[in-house]
Amino acid sequence: MSQTGSISAPQNVPQKREMHVVYSTGDRIFRRIVTAGALTSLIVLALIGLFLLARGVEIFRDMGPKFITGTNWTAGSGDGIIPAEFSIGPMLAGTIVTSLIALFFAVPLSIAGALYMEFFAPAKIKSTLVSMLDLAAAIPSLFFGLWGVQVFSSMGERWAALTSHYLGWFPLFNNELEIFGRSPFIAGLVLAAMIVPIITSVSREVYSRTPRELVDSCHALGGTRWGAIRAVVLPFGRSGVVGGAMLGLGRALGETVAVYLLLNLVFKYNFNILESEGGNIASLIATKFGEATPYELKALLAAGFVLFLLTLTVNMAATAVVQRTAKAQS
Amino acid sequence: MNIVNQVGTESKTSKENGIIMNEMSASGATAAVAERPLGLETRGLHAWFGSHHVLSDINLQFPERSVTGLIGPSGCGKSTYLRMLNRMHEFIPSAAMAGEVLMDGSDIYAPEVDAAAMRLKVGMVFQKPNPFPAMTIKENVLSGIKLANLEVPNHDEVVEKCLTRAGLWKEVKDRLNASGGSLSGGQQQRLCIARSLAVEPTILLMDEPCSALDPGSTLRIEETIHELAEKITVVIVTHNMQQASRVSDYCAFFLSDGGPGILVEADATRKMFTNPTDTRTADYVQGKFG
Amino acid sequence: MSTTSDLAVQVVEATPTQPWHKPRSEQRRDALVYLALAVVAYAIVMISGVAGPDGFALVFFVEVLLLTILRSRNIGKAKSTNAIVSTVIGAGAVVAFVPWMSIFVSLVTKGFHGLYVGYLFGDMRVTTPDDELNMGGVGHAIIGSMLMVLIATAITLPLGILSGVYLTEVRGRLTKVVRFVIQSMSGVPSIVAGLFIYTTVVTLTESFSGFAGALALSVLMLPTVARTSEEVLKLVPEDLRAASYALGARQWRSSLMVVLPTVRSGLTTAAILGVARVVGETAPLLLTALSNNAFKFNPFNGPIASMPMYVFGLLQIGTEYSIARAWSGSLVLMLIVLALFVAARRLGGKDKR
Repeated sequence: MSQTGSISAPQNVPQKREMHVVYSTGDRIFRRIVTAGALTSLIVLALIGLFLLARGVEIFRDMGPKFITGTNWTAGSGDGIIPAEFSIGPMLAGTIVTSLIALFFAVPLSIAGALYMEFFAPAKIKSTLVSMLDLAAAIPSLFFGLWGVQVFSSMGERWAALTSHYLGWFPLFNNELEIFGRSPFIAGLVLAAMIVPIITSVSREVYSRTPRELVDSCHALGGTRWGAIRAVVLPFGRSGVVGGAMLGLGRALGETVAVYLLLNLVFKYNFNILESEGGNIASLIATKFGEATPYELKALLAAGFVLFLLTLTVNMAATAVVQRTAKAQS
Repeated sequence: MNIVNQVGTESKTSKENGIIMNEMSASGATAAVAERPLGLETRGLHAWFGSHHVLSDINLQFPERSVTGLIGPSGCGKSTYLRMLNRMHEFIPSAAMAGEVLMDGSDIYAPEVDAAAMRLKVGMVFQKPNPFPAMTIKENVLSGIKLANLEVPNHDEVVEKCLTRAGLWKEVKDRLNASGGSLSGGQQQRLCIARSLAVEPTILLMDEPCSALDPGSTLRIEETIHELAEKITVVIVTHNMQQASRVSDYCAFFLSDGGPGILVEADATRKMFTNPTDTRTADYVQGKFG
Repeated sequence: MSTTSDLAVQVVEATPTQPWHKPRSEQRRDALVYLALAVVAYAIVMISGVAGPDGFALVFFVEVLLLTILRSRNIGKAKSTNAIVSTVIGAGAVVAFVPWMSIFVSLVTKGFHGLYVGYLFGDMRVTTPDDELNMGGVGHAIIGSMLMVLIATAITLPLGILSGVYLTEVRGRLTKVVRFVIQSMSGVPSIVAGLFIYTTVVTLTESFSGFAGALALSVLMLPTVARTSEEVLKLVPEDLRAASYALGARQWRSSLMVVLPTVRSGLTTAAILGVARVVGETAPLLLTALSNNAFKFNPFNGPIASMPMYVFGLLQIGTEYSIARAWSGSLVLMLIVLALFVAARRLGGKDKR
């Protein structure tokens, strides 16, 4: 038994040896197949962008920046007397306005919903609520459109009328015609209802990762439930909620049928959100697609490309935020 | 650092003994060396996780057909050491090593060694019983043969033999097609032992195999280990001093003061527990720390 | 353990209580108070200009808030803030949950009376928009949706599982990129997926078809299947992989023979959730599969009906009976989604040991 003496840092530490996991031929083939499979999503995503751009590039060239900033969408008369002119400006504005309205209502409600489910709901109904929330997140957007038109819009119109009555002096809520149906306001509210489940579900998950001992220590210090939530849970979950909200925003920006059913497509910049005109890029595509001329079709593809870029940017930002939070918390 | 005077004199023939082999020849080699356990020895073995040096200069030779217990307080690196003996260490991305692990005289970390084929010679039993949940008891026993694509003429014979050696045959012979998960914890662990025996390893590594089990099951497993040691070399990591004294023929005591773990002392178990050379060993086996 | 009875010298009687909960009597009193508030709110709605269920909810909320403020006058600032904020959060949660609850209720109440025995088996070939609800059906749309979803599943399930295996088993250099792309891809608007398939497949084959629709759905389904597969594979204990490697397994054998079989039902769940995600998608089919009125079993030959397009088309027509049929179709579609969810949940629980 020779090795005695103190346990301290050894004197002569040898050089580290190369150490690799070596894969057999079978393994290498397997890993290649799997990698190829995993890369399909990357390729598909790239192809979507490339194809839409390639088909729409003629429009971008012909219209220039007016494609984004202009106000008209005219297929033209075909014989050149009335020239074709395509611009998604009003629709882009409509996309953003309806989505912002949706976000404005959905975020506070989702936070309340998530906090309630995680910290207030009795344990018995919590799991039921979570399952129902999952199901709600899977409700086809078509149903929100259907529900919006058939069930909600009468109530929404009343709210719009009240808002206009009391706040009509403010340009945003001005409505000269006193017709309140099919407005960006109502569409935005329905979109809010549509994205509440996804934001709630992301927020709840982030909140549920709050270290219990932090919450407990707040209680142990004599804090109230709200005190603990404000001091620990909300700061902890902030960036997760931001990520969830951006995921919701991405959904609202790209929504087609719900907006198509709820809004009259009118080509005009409309920032009076209570008036009955508007639209978004997705619903523009759905509306014009059926009887588009070949040239107009290219314009629709170009519009699709813009929408693709817009939502991709928002989603990538959201993903980055959510992944960073998850990493920081684990 | 010889535990016994037995030096691997026959180790020159190691290449024929099948450490270096391809997938195809694996089964033939298994039969060839099943007679005599491979000699197992480490020389100047170091381990790192990232920049963290966890094991330093471990020199140890394991006597054939006997049980060697690796003891020491938690965090001393004994589990890491065990996992270096069958190259499971390298699956941790930040892991690094230095030194040699010799199997019948040839280094298993040499570049030309096929790690998967080498692991066929070295069975491993884990802390928590982990039978494959998607397989029946029978399939679990045969899983090693299927996973390594070995050719065995009589499957039923293998199943019976391995389960018998693991001391489980009588309890499960009527429900071989039940799921492995339907067994009790102790039975599952014995199933895992049977599973590693099916590929006829000559060395069996056990990483605290009883720490998740009740005393009754522990006793059964210890009996099994004794029986196994008649034919193969067993290395067992254990936290439990009583277990080490009951089950092992030789003991190696690892220790770390926060720096890398070192081997303090290794000797016959009886000597380690009655008259150790190092005072720290004496303190540890008497329960003064750890 | 039978030994406990031997150890017990005497039996001590004890009744379990939960003193940290409000006592029954107090709970009952609170319920009565809320009932009274509801009655008052109803009265206010009846006599004043505030109207409708929303008006009632608002009045009720204001009452509860006032009551909370009154009750918490003398309990200190922190506690009273807690009480008031709790009320507001509860109300917010209710508002957040009401819309989709309302959708479920509307689907049942408005969709129910359009259902009759032949509804699931009939098509719309000879049914005009003004025919009563005992004619026509949704059968052709169910078949169409089924065909498209089956094709989409056949495409995305292998790719999704491969992605999951890449992220959890292969763990190659692109792990982070792949995970990021899959996440981002789940946000591609469904209409963009439709446009993409239109410019490629439909233009190329010069025909709208169920197959094109299925491809568009695949684009939307892949991220869901890939993500769920990854989640499921992550649950496989590292120990199982280690055990198979210790037995001398190659990685590919370990993955195919140990890891994947372990999560078989979890991967089925991934497929089901993917289906649930796309079965109600309308926008991509609008540009790829269109719709038709009769039973059709060939997904490669011209427009084909689907559940969402059936509903969407009837809404466009807009007659009383068309809208009633749209609700019935929606109810059937929601029931399908619900069934898929229940199935996914049942299976999902299986792998957890």
